[in-house]
Amino acid sequence: MRIGINFALGLLFGLGLVISGMANPAKVQNFLDLAGTWDPSLAFVMGGAVAATAVGFFIARRRYTPVLETAFEIPPGTPVDTRLIAGSAFFGLGWGLSGFCPGPAITALSLGATGTLAFIPAMIFGILAGARMSRGGAVPGDG
Amino acid sequence: MSTDFTPWASLAGGTLIGLSAAALLLLSGRIAGITGFIRRALPPYEAARPLEAIAFLLGMIAAPIMYTAVTGAAVVQTVSDNLPLMFSAGFLVGFGSAIANGCTSGHGVCGIARLSPRSLAATTTFMAVAVLTVFLLRHLTGG
Repeated sequence: MRIGINFALGLLFGLGLVISGMANPAKVQNFLDLAGTWDPSLAFVMGGAVAATAVGFFIARRRYTPVLETAFEIPPGTPVDTRLIAGSAFFGLGWGLSGFCPGPAITALSLGATGTLAFIPAMIFGILAGARMSRGGAVPGDG
Repeated sequence: MSTDFTPWASLAGGTLIGLSAAALLLLSGRIAGITGFIRRALPPYEAARPLEAIAFLLGMIAAPIMYTAVTGAAVVQTVSDNLPLMFSAGFLVGFGSAIANGCTSGHGVCGIARLSPRSLAATTTFMAVAVLTVFLLRHLTGG
């Protein structure tokens, strides 16, 4: 049942990315292109997503446990460090260059664009390399 | 290339993303971070329940197929076919999000929704770097 629920939630997440336009790298790059063909749509994606997620956290704070598990896995409030800022800067560079972040890239896999097929193996390789570097003394995942 | 401003579709899609993240939190107690899911889905399976992570990712991949089956409309997408650029960007996105323990979903949506200082710092950083990257890419190099 957990596997079916995860599939359904992934489908919902992916449909959200498709309907919102976030699975289209051109739209993402236009959101980031303040000096050119600016398309503010993604501010609405973020607004809708953050608002709905915040309702989830609001309800979660009033529950002791999630429905299917024994405890919430919320990341601890560790301080901002160099690793967080440097990693986010690398991420922002790749995001700006391609218009893809991990969710939209995975969702776009079934559309089969050549650029997507080059992006995803490199992203997986990058995640494995980064995870290997982070092992030992790493803070638990924020997400 | 310009894209149409789509405030309503983007707000609706963003809300679906947030509903998925909220439901995942309340059911499984987890943060909907796509980098985290990819990491869990890969060997050495040091995190819990890899099959659930794989099911979520498969749901995402199925989303464009489901969208087109239901609406009859193709998913509009423009992906760069500059393969060295897409490969490099993929590595940067994967590596950076693994080092920073999160990407647009984990930090940008879930982290902002719970007002995590780490996620606010990460999101500000990757947004600023991505805006600067697109500016350099489109307006100084003409790419």
